[in-house]
Amino acid sequence: MVVESLFPTGMTHYLAGGMLIGVGTVLIYGLTGISAGASTFLESTLSYASSSPRFEQYRPSRDWRVVFTLGIVIGAASYTLAVGDGVWLTAVQPWRLALGGVLVGVGTRLGKGCTSGHGICGVGSGSSTSFLNVGTFLVVAIGVAQLVAALGVSP
Amino acid sequence: MTSSDHDAHPMFLPAVLAGGVLFGVGLALSGMARPEVVLDFLQFEDLGLLLVMGGGAVVTGGAYAVLGRSDRRAPLTGRPFVRRLKSLDRNVLVGGTIFGVGWGLSGICPGAAYASLGIGNVTILWAIGGMFAGAYLQGVVRDQLARPPSPRAQQVEASE
Repeated sequence: MVVESLFPTGMTHYLAGGMLIGVGTVLIYGLTGISAGASTFLESTLSYASSSPRFEQYRPSRDWRVVFTLGIVIGAASYTLAVGDGVWLTAVQPWRLALGGVLVGVGTRLGKGCTSGHGICGVGSGSSTSFLNVGTFLVVAIGVAQLVAALGVSP
Repeated sequence: MTSSDHDAHPMFLPAVLAGGVLFGVGLALSGMARPEVVLDFLQFEDLGLLLVMGGGAVVTGGAYAVLGRSDRRAPLTGRPFVRRLKSLDRNVLVGGTIFGVGWGLSGICPGAAYASLGIGNVTILWAIGGMFAGAYLQGVVRDQLARPPSPRAQQVEASE
């Protein structure tokens, strides 16, 4: 069947997980009016250590962004404990994680958001800026991932 | 100035924490906390990521549409409900491209990286360290570019 070839591990956990991500975002938005994205945490947290104006501008939000990020860690840990999964370690090579991480850090901050800020909040807001950003990073990431795989880098 | 967003209401930080926990459960349940699952999507082996993004955007889209049209203000902050709209400039496309290269190389994005730590994947600290380094780098460079040139640099320019 077509569906099974497109979604070999099923669809339910993807849909349910995505909707839970949405519910978490809506809970914060509905109570505070704030669209919480995940990547601003990087710069707002740097303001604890650096007085650069680029990071200082996030000073008013830096405390709650730490709390939001801790919530994400706690939520993921709770799920793992609840379903009885043991500790899971990625096999993706450290150089890919580190180099990719640097580019993600630069790109999300320069581009004004990431998969949650643009992808969930911005797209949910019907923002054309966010649609353009998401379209750009999706197309580029697909090309890079296919290229890296074609070069024989695995995992 | 010492004002912070969280001065608003004693329930502000608990609300943010609760939202973050749901967000983290969603990332773990959907497999997005595992870079391998994201890389499988980018190589068209499993399109589940589209359902995750779509599911999340539909839920938030409904809330933004309903709350955005109301005159009410957020109970814990008194803020108006505005949509998340950012101005479009070249940075949005350049940044998106750089992010895309990083995401395609590593299979990891910020929220998913935090969740990955939650499922015990300490190896992801390579990516989190990299993200902080990248965020720091772009901040320092952009601060330098935004700073007006020093008198000495102006003299050099004038003599050229």
